[in-house]
Amino acid sequence: MSPEFYQKIAETNQWGAIAPELALGILALSLLLLEIILPKVAHGAIPRIAILGQLAILVYAIANSCSGACVTGEAFGGMLFFDATGELFRVFFLGSSVFVSYLGMVSLEKKTLPQVEYYHILLVVTAALMLLAQANHFVMLFVALEAATVGFYILVSYFRHSVVSLEAGLKYLIMGALSSAILLFGIVLLYGAGSNPALEASSRDPLNFGNLEIFLAANSGDMLGLLGMLLVISGVAFKVGAFPFQIWIPDVYQGAPIPTTALLAIASKGAGFAMLLSLVQVFSPLSDWLVPLLSALAVLTILFGNFAALTQRNLKRVIGLSGVSHAGFLLIGVVAATKVEWATTAVMFYLFAYLLASIAVFAVFAHLEKEDDSEISLDDLGDLAKKNGFLGMALAIGIGSLAGIPPLAGFIGKMLIFVAALEAELYGLMAVAVVGAVVSIYYYFGILKSAFFEVWHFQDDDEDAPEEAEPGASLQFFGKVAILAAVAGTLILGFYQSPLSSWLSGG
Amino acid sequence: MNDFASLVQYSIAAPLVIAFLTLFVRNWGRPAIQIVSVTGFALPLIFALFLWGLYDPSTPGGYAFVSKMDTGLSMIGVSLHLGLNGVSLPLFVMASVVGLAAGLYAAQSKAENVHRYLFCLLVMQSGLMGVFASIDIFFFYFFHELALIPTFVMVGVWGGRDRSYAAMKMTIYLTLGAMLSLVGLILIYVKSGAESFDLIELKAHLAAAPLADSIQNYAFGLLLFGFGILVSLWPLHTWAPLGYGAAPSSAAMLHAGVLKKFGLYGLIQVAIPLLPDGIGQWENWIVWLALGNVLVIGFVAMAQRDLKQMIGYSSVMHMGYAFLGIAAMSVLGVGGVVIMMVAHGLTVALLFLLSTMIHHRTQTFEMDEMGGLAKKAPVLSAFFVCAMMASIGLPGPGLANFWGELSIFLAVYDFRSGLIYAIVLGIVISAIYGLRAIAKVFFGEETDEFKESQKEVPVTDMTWAERVPALILIIALFFIGFFPKTVTNSLNDSLNSEPVYAQTEN
Repeated sequence: MSPEFYQKIAETNQWGAIAPELALGILALSLLLLEIILPKVAHGAIPRIAILGQLAILVYAIANSCSGACVTGEAFGGMLFFDATGELFRVFFLGSSVFVSYLGMVSLEKKTLPQVEYYHILLVVTAALMLLAQANHFVMLFVALEAATVGFYILVSYFRHSVVSLEAGLKYLIMGALSSAILLFGIVLLYGAGSNPALEASSRDPLNFGNLEIFLAANSGDMLGLLGMLLVISGVAFKVGAFPFQIWIPDVYQGAPIPTTALLAIASKGAGFAMLLSLVQVFSPLSDWLVPLLSALAVLTILFGNFAALTQRNLKRVIGLSGVSHAGFLLIGVVAATKVEWATTAVMFYLFAYLLASIAVFAVFAHLEKEDDSEISLDDLGDLAKKNGFLGMALAIGIGSLAGIPPLAGFIGKMLIFVAALEAELYGLMAVAVVGAVVSIYYYFGILKSAFFEVWHFQDDDEDAPEEAEPGASLQFFGKVAILAAVAGTLILGFYQSPLSSWLSGG
Repeated sequence: MNDFASLVQYSIAAPLVIAFLTLFVRNWGRPAIQIVSVTGFALPLIFALFLWGLYDPSTPGGYAFVSKMDTGLSMIGVSLHLGLNGVSLPLFVMASVVGLAAGLYAAQSKAENVHRYLFCLLVMQSGLMGVFASIDIFFFYFFHELALIPTFVMVGVWGGRDRSYAAMKMTIYLTLGAMLSLVGLILIYVKSGAESFDLIELKAHLAAAPLADSIQNYAFGLLLFGFGILVSLWPLHTWAPLGYGAAPSSAAMLHAGVLKKFGLYGLIQVAIPLLPDGIGQWENWIVWLALGNVLVIGFVAMAQRDLKQMIGYSSVMHMGYAFLGIAAMSVLGVGGVVIMMVAHGLTVALLFLLSTMIHHRTQTFEMDEMGGLAKKAPVLSAFFVCAMMASIGLPGPGLANFWGELSIFLAVYDFRSGLIYAIVLGIVISAIYGLRAIAKVFFGEETDEFKESQKEVPVTDMTWAERVPALILIIALFFIGFFPKTVTNSLNDSLNSEPVYAQTEN
């Protein structure tokens, strides 16, 4: 797309600028339509259509993401702001939703549940997240966030015959509503402060990010503004799963269907950081308060995530809590981004590395062929490497990358965050990060140990015990491609980072 | 000269590529796997020997065979910058020699899934070649980790007794060490303001504008303890005997022989030249902890009844000499350390190799249950006696270790003459446990246990397949023992061009 094209769109509110989101919405609706039109026997094709459609949009988004000359600008009356980071997040969310659709195919086929709605909601959630990453106005931010969150409520409790899934849905609903309320209260306070005509630089439209930043710069000691920032950051901390807003994570991750868990782990976390990266910019006049606040969050998040994960045996809980600690590492990057410009690139690199690694890990979980996927524990991995070498390899690479082991992409991400943190002189945070990284080795290693090192199981003498299905029996073409792409991406980015890093810092 | 720079790249890339090839040919039968994987170990040796022959000692301080490549981290000043100088070249060659010996032995081992085992070893070999060829300190660290990760896997999957516990303990200890050194390296990068991880650029930059004392202090502390854990500095050594005890022999050979030298190499090539004032502030720490290595671990090694554990502890003990030599901060001392690193790498690899062969014959590592093996396996006993003599540092058989230890002792005498008593005591200790091991394993009457095990497994002498890897190592030891000048010439030039070491020379 040429720069002129974007300029024209920005001037005329043209809809082309949000073409990927619109296309997703249309795809979502047409899935429902297809279910009515197509005969029942052909319904199996719908998930495939969803995946292929998303892949097409993904290709369009990647081709469209501006590497090099990128035009930035507001559109829709300042509601959205297009820039390089937003484009990257679009690709990130699309990538995760393609993969989650595949996981949905694997998991839902074992259940007698309506299937098409899952993809429909997934696509709508993804479109909302993509808009969220480009929001330039608190109203837009809140609406997009709620659109996504409401979708998440349904996706978490999608296995409506499963008690744990329903419980997880309820917990997520209550905690999500609470966090939305906190966020909304913060936004209202900011509105009240920013529109007060008695104060300097107040504005008729104080919820616009640019206006608010100008206002806060002029009134950096304003109590209402400070309180508003605190509440908004708290609301966002819920999304990324930062301490002390992480309490919902283990239960919800465990109870939700695997595709939804993956979506929560990848897209929801990514959305939180998309918001944080733009909010850090908005609240930069308050950085005297913001930096200590985020630093404290980062320290507690890393420590809590890692130490809580140590004692878990349920795989989804381990991954959930390890995700908490990853949020902590990313928070360090966000803090560094307030002082070091390229730290944003480090955060993005980390997120993409995390995306690839999570794809590999969740794909393995989905293929463990366990009846009740909330009960997958370390023991179920027993001798995975022997039973299915392909899945074993994928698990090793994925977990290794999450643990930040070289030469995998996760290590490069962690290392970039470290460099950024030291450049920003965050020595205390560094020390905690090192402790966290070493502690995390223990539980990541535990996962690999149970998958690779020979373990002695209890021999179940019960004759009626159902025959365990071979792991990976339901591995399909899409799955192999997805896993291979994730594994190859993780390996290649460990050795040769040029493709991603130049693309990330191009804008 | 730079015409042959690509050979440095190939010696890193060849094992890595062939590692994947090994997985590819797994269905073609065992001979195919063996031939392919041994090629992967032989190529780096051929390249390394060729480069050694070409190396011109008159490139003082500078690096020969330099190549530079951008991998996409240029925003933080990282590029794949490879080259060799007088310090790294001997270690580079040593790594390839030990690699071939370990690879030859592994290729004929009876390990389950031997192609995967060889895959891990080949990846490790690639990392080892990269460590000593890196001029960029980020890649220096990166290649170390590339070599380290397969070690954990090999200990965990193909290890012996307590392998799961040993693998976990090694992983956690070594990750901590690696993390500390990574933070130290990044700290140098950030504080220097050189905007580059390139060692040459950093050196030039820091020579013009040295870091503040407090920064040097912190950074050196981080590197000392980070590298210290990796080199098994007392009292952070506990992973080493345990890990080596459990590791399969080829992995132990490569790790104890080559990879462990990473920390010492890092101190010599990176930490001290970049932080010349840092070592002054930590000198006493190094000396005292190194004495702990020599004396405390010396006595612990003496108390071992298990042959493999004893070798593990003796290797930890010898690291104490290396730290003392580094603390002396002279061309003589540091040069001695480099020669000792090369010699020790060859020796300890040989000892681990031979101890596994002994185990195949006696079915035990308990020295009290062995005896009289010399009559049944005279060649094996000759090899073992020779290796043990080398390890003790006896000058007699013209072995490389002697030159290294001699230079270290002379340098330490100039540095703090009192330390020489501790060192002499250390030599006595290593002579005691070394000679006692020889006596117990090979001479004396056959024990009842040994007679029992012979009924089940008849004892033969070393086969040719076993002799070749051992011969490769022992020839290298003798070569450097008789012609130390082949190493010391270029080493001397490189160290003399390093102001830190040259200044303190009397």
